[in-house]
Amino acid sequence: MGKTLATKVWESHVVRAAQGEPDLLYIDLHMLHELNTPVAFDQLRASGRTVRRPDLTLGTEDHNTPTQDIRKRIEDHAARHQVDLMRANCAEFGIEHYRLGEDQQGIVHIIGPELGLAQPGMTIVCCDSHTTTQGAFGALAFGIGTSQVEHVLATQTLPLHPLKNMRVHVDGVLPAGVSAKDLILALISRIGTAGGQGHIIEYTGPAIEALSMEARMTVCNMTVEAGSRAGMIAPDETTFDYLRGRPHAPTGADWDTEVAYWRTLRSDPDALFDKEVRFDGSALTPFVSWGTNPAQSTGLDGTVPDPDCFATEEERVAARRALAYMDLTPGTALRDIPVDAVFIGSCTNSRIEDLRAAAEVLRGRRVKDGVEAVLVPGSETVRNQAIEEGLDRVFEEAGMQLRHAGCSMCAAVNEDRLRAGQRAASTNNRNYEGRQGKGSRTHIVSPAVAAATAVAGRLAAPADLEG
Amino acid sequence: MRPFTVHTGTAAPLRRSNVDTDQIIPVRFLTRSTIAGYGENLFNDWRDDPDFVLNDPRHSAATILVAGTDFGTGSSRESAVWALTGWGFRAVIAPRYGDIFRGNAIENGLLPVIAPQACVEALWDLVDAQPDTPVTVDLEQCEVRAQGIHQPFEVDPDDRTRLLQGLDNIALTLAHAADITAYEQRRRPALPTTRRPGEGAVR
Repeated sequence: MGKTLATKVWESHVVRAAQGEPDLLYIDLHMLHELNTPVAFDQLRASGRTVRRPDLTLGTEDHNTPTQDIRKRIEDHAARHQVDLMRANCAEFGIEHYRLGEDQQGIVHIIGPELGLAQPGMTIVCCDSHTTTQGAFGALAFGIGTSQVEHVLATQTLPLHPLKNMRVHVDGVLPAGVSAKDLILALISRIGTAGGQGHIIEYTGPAIEALSMEARMTVCNMTVEAGSRAGMIAPDETTFDYLRGRPHAPTGADWDTEVAYWRTLRSDPDALFDKEVRFDGSALTPFVSWGTNPAQSTGLDGTVPDPDCFATEEERVAARRALAYMDLTPGTALRDIPVDAVFIGSCTNSRIEDLRAAAEVLRGRRVKDGVEAVLVPGSETVRNQAIEEGLDRVFEEAGMQLRHAGCSMCAAVNEDRLRAGQRAASTNNRNYEGRQGKGSRTHIVSPAVAAATAVAGRLAAPADLEG
Repeated sequence: MRPFTVHTGTAAPLRRSNVDTDQIIPVRFLTRSTIAGYGENLFNDWRDDPDFVLNDPRHSAATILVAGTDFGTGSSRESAVWALTGWGFRAVIAPRYGDIFRGNAIENGLLPVIAPQACVEALWDLVDAQPDTPVTVDLEQCEVRAQGIHQPFEVDPDDRTRLLQGLDNIALTLAHAADITAYEQRRRPALPTTRRPGEGAVR
């Protein structure tokens, strides 16, 4: 019987398999950021261990770093301490580290691909659930906890139980004005926040194949929001074109050898999946979340749902609670919901294509008075590219602030956060209670919808601004 | 790892599903750099509500949390587990968990018991009516016991062994160091390292 892409990558990383025990998997790339790692280094030192492969480990600073005045000392003492610890720990163990203010610094899931470190067939882990992003390259990439960070630091391996295989097949072509963000929100609203649990999702089909690498990263990024540990897309010419010439991509004869191997990384035609979902991408429309988890989303053309319409009591209770938190009334047209703020950024949507999509909408327009519009690129490289392309002027003329790279208002662990009761349209991956600051209300949207919303002052698609 | 064998305590009924890790420990408390202290901020924002279950003095000493399905979805933050253990919880009982959360819990000796919704609801009703009812989570017998409730549960045998004995996972792996070295020798040579391009040595 044939094998799935995920199984092929898994099997090629088994260091040791034994009956009744999890497989011991080798990890090709371990990325670290300042927020969830200090304890791992402390425990490592306390047990007299060291980092086995600093050359396969990379550190950066992204979660609690400032995005406005990056030369200024970080005011929050605890946050500053974490950044200092990150630097000291990386220095002590010889780990390469991209720090605030450097040209390559940025969100961990943005810089891995950008540097060419995320390659097909690799195993990639990081102390962050959105590591799934890097599955867009046909890598097995997933988030881990701090204990596992310590385990990987010490051994470069992880003991893991094999996961099941799930295929999400998307037919058709996404209509104009519909993005990868809408696709993944539509999927999550359909299968639920646990729909992919215990599975590695492989995305296939013409609508997926037609996506750019950056759009594929958006899809894989939110795979964890469907409960799945990892999402993958088989590498193809789009993948190879993206990787060619990147700082860490193979060169010369190595390039040819690797590409020949990468081409074998596809699910066999007769591979069996434990679970399968199919839908038609050409029927999709812009999506927006109305509740407090990403599955509580619907088409922008729709209305705030009536909790009584849900099938189970559990869903009804959750919807009532979400609407109370979001201060929304059933039946309200989503386009009638005004916002106080717009945030474009996060590891889901802070790549250059996202900035271009926002700029296209904002060009020649103005952010509505009273709306705070913030754009935070995923890396300094993205920021510099946006400036080179003149997008900074578009944002400035529109009244949208272009800041420095970081997680910013998606994690809201630095100074960028909403006040209680404020409502935002955000390109975030999460809309949990308090996600963007205590008491904040988040509507997850695509970059184009975020930009149109900034102009309209209420939830809107770019097409709404015309005429 | 702190061993887990048999634990008897009182239980708190958290009648909510989809409790994400941002609720268990809001992100703004993640700037601590040690395990200690997270318990103070467990469910911080929900504790503003006087009716929140952990504000109820009858449940304030509970060591078992009984929650709705999909507990611990979301972020990979292990501090969500440290907040629960820091508060004093030894086990959670819920129908389903976020995958990363469940792994993190086991690493810290917090037992995530998977129980059917009907059992969860029976426990909610029981401890609502009688908050001081003893509830036993028995990993040796793989069973939850409380007045009128005998609920067997499944747990991965390897996780069970590690929990019962409090084994150090890293030590277990390091016993296979030779296998790791052998694997490293057969890795494809063109795989990337993280050294900055053009700079062979550590800066």
